[in-house]
Amino acid sequence: MFRTALRNVLAHKARLLMTVLAVMLGVAFVSGTLVFADTLSNAFRNQSAKSYDDVAVSVTSHADPDNPDEEPGLAGKDLDRMSAVDGVAGVYGRVEGFAGVADPDGKLIGVGWSNKGSNFAPGKDGKDPAYSFTDGSGPVRDDQIALDKDSAAEGEYQVGDRVRVATNGPVKEYTLSGVFTTEDGAVNAGGSLVLFDTAVAQQQYLKPGYFESATVTAAPGANDTRILDAVKPLLPATAEAQTGQALADEQAEQIEQGLGNLKQVLLGFAGIALFVGIFLISNTFTMLVAQRTKEIALMRAVGASRRQITRSVLAEAALVGLVASAVGFVLGIGLAVGLRSGMAAFDMKMPDGPLVLSATPVVTAFAVGVLITTFAAWLPGRRAAKIPPVAAMNSVHAVATTKSLVLRNSIGAAVTALGAVGIVAGASTGGDDGRMYIGAGAFLALIGVIILIPLLSRPVIALVRPLLVGPFGVAGRLAGQNAVRNPRRTGATASALAIGLTLVTGLSVLGVTVGTAIDKMTTDNIRADYMVSMANGGDLDRSALSALEKAKGVSAVSPQQDAYFKVDGDDFVSASAVTPGDIEKVLTVDVVSGSAASLAEGHIAVAEKTAKNRGWKTGDRLPVTFGDDKSATLTVGAVYKDSEFLSPVLIDRKVVDRHETKPSIMQIFVKIDGGQTAANEKVLIDALGDNPAITVMDKQDIRNEFGGAINTLLNVMYGLLAMALIIAVLGVVNTLAMSVFERQQEIGMLRAIGLDRRRVKRMVRLEAVVISVFGAVVGIGLGAFLGWAIGETFADQIPGYTLVLPYDRIGIFLVLAGLVGVLAAMWPARNAARLNMLNAIKAE
Amino acid sequence: MTTAPIADRTTAVAARATELSKIYGQGETQVVALDRVSVGFQQAEFTAIMGPSGSGKSTLMHCVAGLDTFSSGSVRIGETELGSLKDKQLTKLRRDKIGFIFQAFNLLPTLSALENITLPMDIAGRKPDKQWLDTVIRMVGLSDRLSHRPAQLSGGQQQRVAVARALASRPDIIFGDEPTGNLDSRSGAEVLGFLRNSVRELGQTVVMVTHDPVAAAYADRVIFLADGRIVDEVYGPTADSVLDRMKQFDAKGRTS
Repeated sequence: MFRTALRNVLAHKARLLMTVLAVMLGVAFVSGTLVFADTLSNAFRNQSAKSYDDVAVSVTSHADPDNPDEEPGLAGKDLDRMSAVDGVAGVYGRVEGFAGVADPDGKLIGVGWSNKGSNFAPGKDGKDPAYSFTDGSGPVRDDQIALDKDSAAEGEYQVGDRVRVATNGPVKEYTLSGVFTTEDGAVNAGGSLVLFDTAVAQQQYLKPGYFESATVTAAPGANDTRILDAVKPLLPATAEAQTGQALADEQAEQIEQGLGNLKQVLLGFAGIALFVGIFLISNTFTMLVAQRTKEIALMRAVGASRRQITRSVLAEAALVGLVASAVGFVLGIGLAVGLRSGMAAFDMKMPDGPLVLSATPVVTAFAVGVLITTFAAWLPGRRAAKIPPVAAMNSVHAVATTKSLVLRNSIGAAVTALGAVGIVAGASTGGDDGRMYIGAGAFLALIGVIILIPLLSRPVIALVRPLLVGPFGVAGRLAGQNAVRNPRRTGATASALAIGLTLVTGLSVLGVTVGTAIDKMTTDNIRADYMVSMANGGDLDRSALSALEKAKGVSAVSPQQDAYFKVDGDDFVSASAVTPGDIEKVLTVDVVSGSAASLAEGHIAVAEKTAKNRGWKTGDRLPVTFGDDKSATLTVGAVYKDSEFLSPVLIDRKVVDRHETKPSIMQIFVKIDGGQTAANEKVLIDALGDNPAITVMDKQDIRNEFGGAINTLLNVMYGLLAMALIIAVLGVVNTLAMSVFERQQEIGMLRAIGLDRRRVKRMVRLEAVVISVFGAVVGIGLGAFLGWAIGETFADQIPGYTLVLPYDRIGIFLVLAGLVGVLAAMWPARNAARLNMLNAIKAE
Repeated sequence: MTTAPIADRTTAVAARATELSKIYGQGETQVVALDRVSVGFQQAEFTAIMGPSGSGKSTLMHCVAGLDTFSSGSVRIGETELGSLKDKQLTKLRRDKIGFIFQAFNLLPTLSALENITLPMDIAGRKPDKQWLDTVIRMVGLSDRLSHRPAQLSGGQQQRVAVARALASRPDIIFGDEPTGNLDSRSGAEVLGFLRNSVRELGQTVVMVTHDPVAAAYADRVIFLADGRIVDEVYGPTADSVLDRMKQFDAKGRTS
């Protein structure tokens, strides 16, 4: 039987082309993801091993700099003691924090979250082993800095140039003393690193004379573990030591986890693509079996058992899967390489490393490819086995029966209904539980709709038939009828597209709805003209606040500053320190009882929900403990409506500042006379000292910040779903090619009685458009329903949530689906038009 | 229907092939399917083309009907010379001037019987002549079957739909390629009867390829082809006379 299978594959090469392509793409996606993850993880592993190569032992201090009772970090004398340990070659103290470098135009170099500053820690030989200088030397004076090579190149800075550097305080200008390379992972991932003289860095990031951490290097031949054992007793209680090796392993593990998540997401999308491929494969084998009815019946007549027939079909599928997997795997390697350079193009620098080919991707690729193909061919294989031997004697093909559709439709309707109930129940339940119901419901509904799609195809397509006949005449009418001739096949083809579009539409509905809600929230709640924050999302310095207060034309300024205090000795409450009197001018504070003005008297204001949960009301006096362990009694002066932009508790910042050495100011809201103008923005930027690390956003920027993130996420999702959609398109091509092949005789007759080539093409093209758009409509409908349901589950978490159906996007999807049809029909339509009439009309 | 104009038209030629050759391949592998064939088909005449397999009878019909290209010579349908026509014009010619009946019925399974009959006119974007359509449908006896799909009709009924389709657009000439090949003898006789009636009563011109002497006997004239040449011609044939001729060729073929 295997020989028969092999012969069949070879005989139907062309008809199996689309199947091979679909499996190939799916396998390429899977193996590409696996190879990419392996390669990246290996590169990161090497990177972290390299960056800790010279490090024998690493010491980290966990001391709280705000606690006056303990040393804020590792002192110089701690380092000296470690240096004296046997086998230690050198000890290098480190402090680090945020440092942004301005390019000559004043813009920040590198991505905000990885702009780091640290200290240059020369050893006895005047060198710091962590950095190798390609130009100049390390900073040794308080007005010198060194820069990593990529950042220096981006700012076009040469040794001796003046460079403006911002930490969270005011901007300062330094002389560039040197340019270096380093194995630091963050720097190699596109961040920037500024090295200061040690005293400057300590002053900036910690306290003069103290370090956050230290690296210990070993003399040649010394044992790291022995050094670790010797160092440990010398350390203050707040410090911890590890060997460099242990640290490298720890870091590698973290990276592995991060990559693991990425891998899972990618594999999830690969799974969707493969799932879509199943429909195409199944269609192909159904057709191959139908065409071979006589042949199979003959085999049965001469004594082949049912099982042998099924096995022969499965063997054929396995063979196809094997070939497709092999090609797909090679393609996957290409994809992995492409993905890496693609990331580099998006400024996501990854460490270099060789391509890693382990056994797992190879085995997975072949297992997935072969299993998917045989699984998809299983049903057609069983159908083949049911062909009776007597069919060999009949000259007429067995007509596809619609009998079994009754059972199919009943099951489909039941499953769909169950799914819909799950989704609706989930939507009304809300929260995580609700989403779980929806997830299960969505799965059922999708399966149900896929089962029902052949039934749906007739009435839905009948609905649009007038649209086809009107402008396209005979070609349109024939196309409309051809589209529903084989409901199973049309259904499977449309299903593939429907799955992709369900996901795409669901995501779009959610994204646009949430985006609109955030937009509305921003408009409703922010009264300020500008919001000031750090580029890295870190804390602003107090000096920024006073600078803004003094800026020309500014009428109201209030920070949202984290305030730490306990109430009743309980946990810390989440509170914000604000400027009384100004806060209502920059943010909407909807007071329910009491008065916001009472903040100025040292009272606190509480959000409605928190007040209810804790049982507080206006006038209550609460015993509190601040971060420095000092106690006080605060009165609840006001209760206000909950808002996304306000913490649950507000307090005058003057009250909090007395108890905290370093305030944590995340944002400052500013209202300025004349509102949002370019001139006003410049006033604020100048007031802040033209600091590249501080961003000044107007309302539109704020909206873009949130909305932009949603849009980016949507685009990434669209990109990841593209593979599934491409396979769905291949499915349309496949179906049409099959239909044209099967209807050769008809097409030949139509040509003979006078249908010209143009209209033959149009007929095929319209059939493709009808099938594609039908799939799209089903997918969009289901997707919108799901989007609505999921949106409902967190509607109460987003004030002012209303469902927004993105009609523009949905319109685009429909038009694209139509275009997909036209595109997919190109090749089959050409074949149909070129058909040899005489061969076609000859009797079989 | 008056008979006078039909009598006039009998002298005119509906289609004519002159020195028609069709050669496949080149050099050693060259096969001559048609060897300088000259033949005319009179209007309102029923012609049968006969000959053994490979004699070129189907090729001759395909070339004259504008379905196939030829190597040399000329073909005219009415006043139109086919040799100079491009595919587009050929398609239009087939649509407007020619009707076809195939062996394998070749109906569109998605269309009803009536829709199949009017298909050529739908393609041409013409409204069918209602009266003529009724005449044709009545003649082939399909009046109560018009809304049926081909799958719901017997083979004979399907072929009657095909005959009606060919007649409905009033083509200059109808070509049939073994129109009774897939039918039992009773249904075949019916279909041939309709074709003969269409010639006698409606003045239609019909050319039919067949290998069945009984079918050929319905024609006014039988042309015999062998090895790509016309070897004989019989007017007013009977099944027996046709069979006799064929036996002669067979014997010749064996001795030569």
